[in-house]
Amino acid sequence: MTFIPKPKIAHPSLPRNELGLTRREYEGALSTLCAGCGHDSITAAIIEACWGISMRPENLVKLSGIGCSSKTTAYFVSGGHGFNSVHGRMPSIAMGANAANRDLYYIGISGDGDSLSIGLGQFCHAIRRNVNMLYIIENNGVYGLTKGQFSASADVGTKAKKGEVNQQPPIDPVLLAMNLGAGFVARSFSGDKAQLVPLIQAGLKYPGFALIDVLSPCVTFNDHDGSTKSYAFTREHYEPVVEADFVPFKKEIATAYAAGEAVPVMLHDGSRVVLRKLAEDYDPTDELHAHDYVQQHIAKGEYLTGLLHCRSTQDTEFHSLNRTPDLPLNQLPFERLNPGSKQLGKLMARYR
Amino acid sequence: MAATDSSHTDYFHKVVDCQWACPAHTDVPEYIRLIAHGRFTDAYMVNRRSNVFPGVLGRVCDRPCEPACRRGRVEQKPVAICRLKRVAADHKDEFRDRLPPIPTQKNGKRVACIGAGCASLTVANDLLPLGYDVTIFEQFATAGGLMRTNIPSFRLPGDVLDEEIGAIVDMGVDLRLGHRIESMRKLLAEGGFDAIFVGSGAPKGKELSLPGRQECAANIHIGIAWLESIAFDHVKSVGQNVLIIGVGNTAMDCCRSSLRLGAKSVKVMARKPRQFFKASEWELEDAEAESVEIIINRSPKSFVIEGGRLKGMIFEVMEYDIDARGRITAERIAGEEFYPADDVILAIGQENAFPWIERDLGIEFDKWDVPKVDATTFESTRAGIFFGGDAAFGPKNIIWSVEHGHQAAISIHQHCQGKSVAERMAPGVNLQSRKMGMHEWSYANDYSVTERRLVPHVSLKERFKKINIEVELGFTAEQAAEEVQRCLNCDVQTIFEAKLCIECDACIDICPVDCLTMTPDGSEDDLRTRLKAPAKNVTQALYVSAPLKFTGRVMVKDEDVCVHCGLCAERCPTAAWDMQKSWVKWPHAVDQPATATATAAATP
Repeated sequence: MTFIPKPKIAHPSLPRNELGLTRREYEGALSTLCAGCGHDSITAAIIEACWGISMRPENLVKLSGIGCSSKTTAYFVSGGHGFNSVHGRMPSIAMGANAANRDLYYIGISGDGDSLSIGLGQFCHAIRRNVNMLYIIENNGVYGLTKGQFSASADVGTKAKKGEVNQQPPIDPVLLAMNLGAGFVARSFSGDKAQLVPLIQAGLKYPGFALIDVLSPCVTFNDHDGSTKSYAFTREHYEPVVEADFVPFKKEIATAYAAGEAVPVMLHDGSRVVLRKLAEDYDPTDELHAHDYVQQHIAKGEYLTGLLHCRSTQDTEFHSLNRTPDLPLNQLPFERLNPGSKQLGKLMARYR
Repeated sequence: MAATDSSHTDYFHKVVDCQWACPAHTDVPEYIRLIAHGRFTDAYMVNRRSNVFPGVLGRVCDRPCEPACRRGRVEQKPVAICRLKRVAADHKDEFRDRLPPIPTQKNGKRVACIGAGCASLTVANDLLPLGYDVTIFEQFATAGGLMRTNIPSFRLPGDVLDEEIGAIVDMGVDLRLGHRIESMRKLLAEGGFDAIFVGSGAPKGKELSLPGRQECAANIHIGIAWLESIAFDHVKSVGQNVLIIGVGNTAMDCCRSSLRLGAKSVKVMARKPRQFFKASEWELEDAEAESVEIIINRSPKSFVIEGGRLKGMIFEVMEYDIDARGRITAERIAGEEFYPADDVILAIGQENAFPWIERDLGIEFDKWDVPKVDATTFESTRAGIFFGGDAAFGPKNIIWSVEHGHQAAISIHQHCQGKSVAERMAPGVNLQSRKMGMHEWSYANDYSVTERRLVPHVSLKERFKKINIEVELGFTAEQAAEEVQRCLNCDVQTIFEAKLCIECDACIDICPVDCLTMTPDGSEDDLRTRLKAPAKNVTQALYVSAPLKFTGRVMVKDEDVCVHCGLCAERCPTAAWDMQKSWVKWPHAVDQPATATATAAATP
């Protein structure tokens, strides 16, 4: 955190996107998190990603619950719409907003406490309903806001700052999401923007529920020797297995990928996510295989990262499943929104 | 590329663009902060250490610092460095008690300075505290040289000069006014000096030999001689129509002086288009504000005389072809034009001239009849004779002359101590953290969005009433308080310790001007394209760290537009970044390693 605001000046040769905006115009309020917090890097990656896909700031909806992570929606895209909900209840709010206006981008920011403890049920049902949103878990293994108790994602054997060792098994959001049938499941690291930014872009564009579990070290309560979520430990134990490139509709794939290495996954607007496998024996499109593969590596103490599972079939997305109108509610003509008193009378008659 | 060698003195010095651009290496950000604290006398003394004449330079310096100022790249206008210097001078209290003590027991060495201009006075300023006897010979009845005779009093009032020259003279200079040196041979034979410093300036204005020049010499004047005559009240009027030939800073002084002597129409005739003008932009602006007309592409051809009187001049109308890089590739004469004139003033340059130095004394002159002077030691080809200021390498400006004086004083000191003049203390840099606490720095690190303040001027109605009404009024206290906050504190350096970095990206994310990047190493050309914002300004260095411990990447900082806000250091969880004030130690004579004699002499 810092006491002076970030000066409102910019590098004169800062690049501009298709809307003529610089990254600076996707920033938000100044962060009050600890200096060096992984969450701030994720915020920067979101800014970079939104700028990179030339998103109109007013087309973004930012949703969060309670926790350090949930504060960060204030720190990016101040031109977007924000909703800070009750602890663990962000998915319900996202569901409602998304049902009313399907044209916007939805990004939910949550933490390991907000999603894996108090909000675990909400998290599961958002996946089950396949809400079209990007769900980011800023995962640091501790409750930072209440001074560093183990959270539900703390690994067995990891040490707290004062020395006690965690013995309860963790809930892994990636495995859980795959189990529940999520079509876009990724893991990344706050310290690797080269990987994280394209993942966020792909997740925003993905027509359905997209999860990115981002390892995000807590610099104050979980960045010591013996912690399995410190900067040092994460750097040593994380292994990218599949890289994702987001390719917008208009752009041709410029790089030639060797056959078998690149797997394009088409999205509904004609853009693609191109998966590049770094591990030969890995198939990110096969859900069962991916689940086992990730689990085996967790057993070995490795964090596999990248877009671990991506599937293009999207007939279970909330709006298509429920055959909702194509237009957001605020654009539907009054006659379609309101069937009129005659129709209402008919309807009511059925219950008499 | 190799990690930045920050042990090299120049690296951090270069980051302080103004200080690097200043020939005398004035610690600009330091004195600006002192002004911000209201410590005007301290600010004056920081200036005086480097540039000796802050009051003078705060008005008429050529300000090489301002085009260099980083603020000019961050937004459009640089900090008004020069005018803040004047603020320090205008608001200071008595400072003489802060000058170094002058030993009562001298060191027995006698130094002669020829010409009482800024170079000689600087030599005296540097040598007197070391116990030298310094004699200055001056042809005129007042000291100051070009500062007195060539800069009109409406730009530089006499009392400002008197105060700053007086401070030096009162250190114990043996000042011989009205004493023109006619022969170097005689001075060497009879003077009994251990060293001689020639600071006689560039007193000879260039001549323009065109038809008619001799016939009406009474109305054709050489610019610098004419300004000198005005300074000494020998010239008190000028004709209605005045033409100035040339468009340097002397021409600007001539045209503005003409207006004050009664001219109704003053035209400055320039041979080339505006981008080739030698005059400083602000001097052009000041002249044009006084309704001086500057006419471009007119090359003087002849003087027109009727009935023995000057009527005007004929000019050739020039046309130029200019290429994409702004260079003239061809020129043509497109016609001729007559301009009426009662007086013509030639301001086309000046030269140094040494008719009084005999050519068989071992002081060698080159093929242009200019003395051969070493660019570091300022020694001529005869040991013990030194040149400085305009006398050394032709006309430059006051701030360069002052630095020549400092360097020549070192050489004279070495020479008189029997040491090699080439043996000089190297410059150095000290760094000192500005961290006070968690989010506290001992400098104002916030970025002020204030635009450059304009210096108030005396109204156009008032200023012509007398020739010595100073046009610029200097900043008011309120304006100065705003202007100082525009300084970016470039001397508070961003220092990076690679082994402490945990690669969390916090500094990169917070940097308002995107000057930080962590990236795989590469050549400089390659790195410049791979940064968060491309580093296109190759005159500004990249600060490259040693490989980082986790990923082996390097931290790269593009120095170009860093605003020194310190947010990188505030956001750094491991204090890998720190903000440290750089003190550039630019040695003067007093800093040279002491010898037995010098130490003894320095004890009062």
